[in-house]
Formats: sequence, structure tokens, C-alpha cells
Amino acid sequence: KQWYQRRVAITAGMSEVEETLKRIQAHKGVTGVIVVNQEGIPIRSNLDNSTTVQYSGLYHQLTAKARSVVRDIDPQNDLTFLRIRSKKHEIMVAPDKEYLLIVIQNPTES
Amino acid sequence: KQWYQRRVAITAGDSLKEFFIERNPCQSAIQCAPQMSEHEVNTERFETNNRGVNHVEGGWPKDINPAEVEQTMRFRKKVEKDEVYIQTIQNLGRSMEHTIKQNNAIDIYEEYFCDIVEDGSVESPSAKTINVFRDPNELKRTATNISWYPDNAQKLAVAYSVLEFQKSPPGMSMDSYVWDVESPNKPDLTLKPISPLVCIEYNPKDPHCLVGGQYNGQLAFWDTRKGSQPIEVSAISKSHSDPLYKCIFLTSKTGTECFTTSTDGQVLWWDIRKMSEPTEQLVLDLTKSGKPTLGGISLEYEPTMPTKFMIGTEQGTVLSCNRKAKSPAERIVASYTGHYGPIYALQRNPFFPKHFLTVGDWTARIWAEEIRESSIMWTKFHKAYLTDGCWSPVRPGVFFTSRMDGCLDVWDYMFKQADPTLSIQVCDEALNCIRIQDAGGLIACGSHSGNVTLLELSSSLSQLQRNEKNSVTLMFERETKREKILESRYREMKMKERTKSQMEEINQNEEYDENPNDLVEEAEKNFWFTIEQERAGHEKKDREMAE
Repeated sequence: KQWYQRRVAITAGMSEVEETLKRIQAHKGVTGVIVVNQEGIPIRSNLDNSTTVQYSGLYHQLTAKARSVVRDIDPQNDLTFLRIRSKKHEIMVAPDKEYLLIVIQNPTES
Repeated sequence: KQWYQRRVAITAGDSLKEFFIERNPCQSAIQCAPQMSEHEVNTERFETNNRGVNHVEGGWPKDINPAEVEQTMRFRKKVEKDEVYIQTIQNLGRSMEHTIKQNNAIDIYEEYFCDIVEDGSVESPSAKTINVFRDPNELKRTATNISWYPDNAQKLAVAYSVLEFQKSPPGMSMDSYVWDVESPNKPDLTLKPISPLVCIEYNPKDPHCLVGGQYNGQLAFWDTRKGSQPIEVSAISKSHSDPLYKCIFLTSKTGTECFTTSTDGQVLWWDIRKMSEPTEQLVLDLTKSGKPTLGGISLEYEPTMPTKFMIGTEQGTVLSCNRKAKSPAERIVASYTGHYGPIYALQRNPFFPKHFLTVGDWTARIWAEEIRESSIMWTKFHKAYLTDGCWSPVRPGVFFTSRMDGCLDVWDYMFKQADPTLSIQVCDEALNCIRIQDAGGLIACGSHSGNVTLLELSSSLSQLQRNEKNSVTLMFERETKREKILESRYREMKMKERTKSQMEEINQNEEYDENPNDLVEEAEKNFWFTIEQERAGHEKKDREMAE
């Protein structure tokens, strides 16, 4: 019985993750969603492999640097969110201790 | 203990005192300031290099091979089942959604005034030096021609040679270079012809293809992907016998045709796939004798008018030619004289192809194609010889000229016609060639000792102003009309004179039946008569003065 429950819990958890990611992707202007782990390995992505690898490698390093900048200035402080606005789109990085959620959005898309 | 021994004793002698006077007060200079010294220090040149970085997948744990899709999939699935992962994603997802909704709600980066065109005429024109590319060889040569890379302002090809007659020192390098705009320390590619290059041109249709005209008259063709040696060189017996001063690519289906000119009086057409002989030939000659009487030094070709082209000669004449003429004699359609020296630059206005600019001797002139007797507008005579010129590709009323005193002049005919709008002293030695990049913002100037200076123009000079096209159209029309009126008036006056002299001739012919001796006698008589009158007048005056 316990085993059965655990299985449901896992699949429920997984479906919640799916739901969250699907919901994010459904928003207007969102073109890409990538989940990266703390080593820079992309766990999930809806873009092609080479793009994903590039984004995860580069943004992982940038987030680490941004976090170190914030903490250098004030050790009690920590990075909560990183937004990079470029000519073509906006890249939003939500950092966590172990994982990184990267979303690419083009807000002015009409 | 030390020993002292008295060697010399000089006693004070009163007799010597008489030769001296006591000086009171004594003046002496002292200074109460810290001592300083000056030194010059120059750090060693920092060599930089531009490199790209390629990211390859990494970070996978040691036991997983990134190439194996199954292994990576398994790893990913494992991570996705992790509790921490699920929680984290939900949390991050929440904050991310908030931000996404924010972005969608209000565009905080909206540009409010995009559609209002910047009025650049307010700021005064200026130019800034971005980079200087120096000839890496010890024996410096002149930068005789520059060609920009066709698509963007990434590279420029510069031809180096020594054009002064027999002034090439032995051991002079014959290389020309392709420079990357961002690395002025080392050329991007070296081109090794067998004779120095006088002119160089990128193929506008194929950015890897470069054509260079050599000092010995041959045409060489390079592919930048294949290295420094030319792929093919034209056969020397069929090439020019003088340095090949200018080559331009034609618009054709194959994109491989070009034509060249030289001071040996020929214009040759080539297909670069087959350089063993030219496809067509034209002898520059206005006297219809068949022998070359004029030397070509610059060429003009406008891709929108493929059958016409123009040649600037060493003698100061511009020839307008038609390629599709039926007989060789009809090839040269018109000639325009006016310059006193070789025409170093010849270019049609990119917006008004019926008007072209010529640069030669100490002036730059603008011509209208229909008026053959003189130019419609011209600059004043400068103190230094003009070496090169070109129109701005973005502003119809702006052109540039370079001088032998190292000055680059920017002329804005909308603003001022008597003087250049901006005069920049680029270097102390002569500027040999200038070339503006197709976007209109960058201009490269080559100097006598091989330094190519890259200048960036201010936005007022590189952006089309309001109503500029209309104003320039009106200006050209006005000047053309003025010249036409002057021309017709001149012709009328000449006609009148001619008819008058014809009438006089008829009258005089009747009188001229006399003997020439009678004429001499009559002239003598008139002479003595005039003298006597003068003398009588003087004597009368003297008498009056005496009284």
C-alpha cells in the first residue's frame, strides 16, 4: 500500500512540474524554457540541443558570477532573480541552490 | 699616523693685492625649489588577438557519456524524480510566472519616440580616428588603393606600391594586405603578387574574391579562402604595358567580369575564370588614328547603367563610352575637358547618376552629363594637389577629397559651397587614397608611407537629412541651367563675331587690291603726322609754361 502511495506521489509531483512548465510556456511571448542543474547540465528544455547547451553553459556561469557579485557587496544578501534584456528578447533566470530555471520571452511580440 | 710633507709654500704677497679690488656687495643667485627631472616612458605594445569560443557539452558526471542518448536520458529522468527538483521547480515557476506576467502587462522598455527622426543637423560635423593600420614592413610603401569588404565593415584590402618612377628600393616587399578592422597590429591576410599591387578590388558579388592590378600591368585574382598566392594571373603579353591603375567589376550573370585601364592607353575587359587573354579591348584615342593617345588612370561604372562607362585620363579629359557601340569609333561617345592634370578620381553621384565628380589637379569638379563644355560646379583651387575623392553613399550632397598635405576635406554642398564643411588633418604626409564604406559612416584614408587611418564620421554626415534629395536636385538643375545659358550665350557671341569678321573680310578684300608698298607709305605718313601733332602740342605747352 505504501509503495502504491509513493508511486502516486512521485507521478503527482512530476505532473505538477509538467503543469508548471507547460503553464510558463503558454504565456504570451515565451519562446524557450530550460531547467539547468548546478553542474550546468540541462535537465529539460523545449529548444534544440545545441542552443540548449549554449544557453545552459553560458547562463549558468553568468548567474554564478551575478550571485557572487551580490554576496560580495553584502554577504547577507542573495540573488533572487536575474533579468537580461537584449534587443531581441528578454531572458529571465530564476536561480536556486541546486537548479536554474531559464525562460526566454519576447514581450513586445504583437 | 700619517705623514705630511710640505711640498710648496706660497706666501701672501702684498704686490699681488694691488691687482684686485674688493667687491662689496657680492651678488649670488640661489633657488629654493625642489629639483625635478623629466623622463619619458613607453610601455611595451600589448598584442591582442580576437578569438571565438566554441562551447561543447560538459559537466556530465564521469560515468555518463554525453554522446549516448540513452545514458543522458536516464540521468535526466532520475533527476526529474528527485523530490528537491519538484519543489524547486514549483517555487521557481511561481516567481517566474510573476515576472512573465509583469512583462506582458506593461512594456517597461518601450521606446516612446522611435518614429521621430533625429535632427542630426544640430550637432556640428566631426570625425574621429578609430584605428591606424601601419605597413608592417621596414621599407614603407604608399597605400595606393583601398577596397572595403562587400557585406559589412569587417575588413579592408589595401594595395601597397611605390608609384614614383623607379623609386622602389631593392628588397622592397611586394605584399599587400587584408586588414581586419579590429586588429590593427597584424594583417588578417597577406597577398603575395609577383609585382606590387597598384589597385585592389573586392568582388561585390563574392566576398572571397579579390582582384588586384599590378605595377607590371598584369591582373591577378585571389580567393581569400585559398591563401596568399594568386589563383591566376593574366598573361603578361596580353596585359597592359604600364601599371594597371584601376579595375572595376561589372554586373554580369556570372559575376566574374571586370575591366581595367592603364596609362598605356587601353581599356581591357577580362573574365577572371580565363585570364589568358582579355575578352575585349578599347584603345583610348580621340584623334581616330588607332594609336593610344590618352592614358587611362581611373574608371567609372555604375551597376544600374551597365552599358555605359567612363574613363578618366592622365591628360585631364573624361571620356564617356558606350559598351554596346556598333563600331570601335563610336565607342567613345563624349569627352569632357577641364582639368589640368590627371583625373585621379571619377565617380557618379549614387543618387543622381547623371552628375559625376572628378578630382584632379587642384580642384574637384561636378559635371552634368549633358553639358560637355565645362563642369557645372567646382571647388576653389587649393594650395595642395588633390589626390582622390568620392561621394557619400548616404547623403547626395556630401563628398570627400584628399590632399597632398595630408588633409581630408568633407564637402557638404547643402551647407556651404565655397569651403569644405570639415577639414581634418589626418597625417603630416600626403594622403594617396580614400574610400568610404557602403554604410557611409566609416572612411579609410591611405597615406604616402603606408598608414591607413580609419575615421568614423559623426551622424550628421552619415545620415540623410530631411529634404536633402530635393534640395540637391534643385541645386544641380540650377547649376546645369546656368551652364547651359552661359554656353548658349557664348555660342551666340561667337556666331556674331564670326559673321562680323566675315563681313569685314568681304569689305577688306576689296581694299586689299592695293599694292602693299602703298600701304607702307600710308602708314609712314600717318606716323609722321601723329608725331608732328604731338610735338606741336608739347611746344605749345612749354611756351605757356614759360609765360
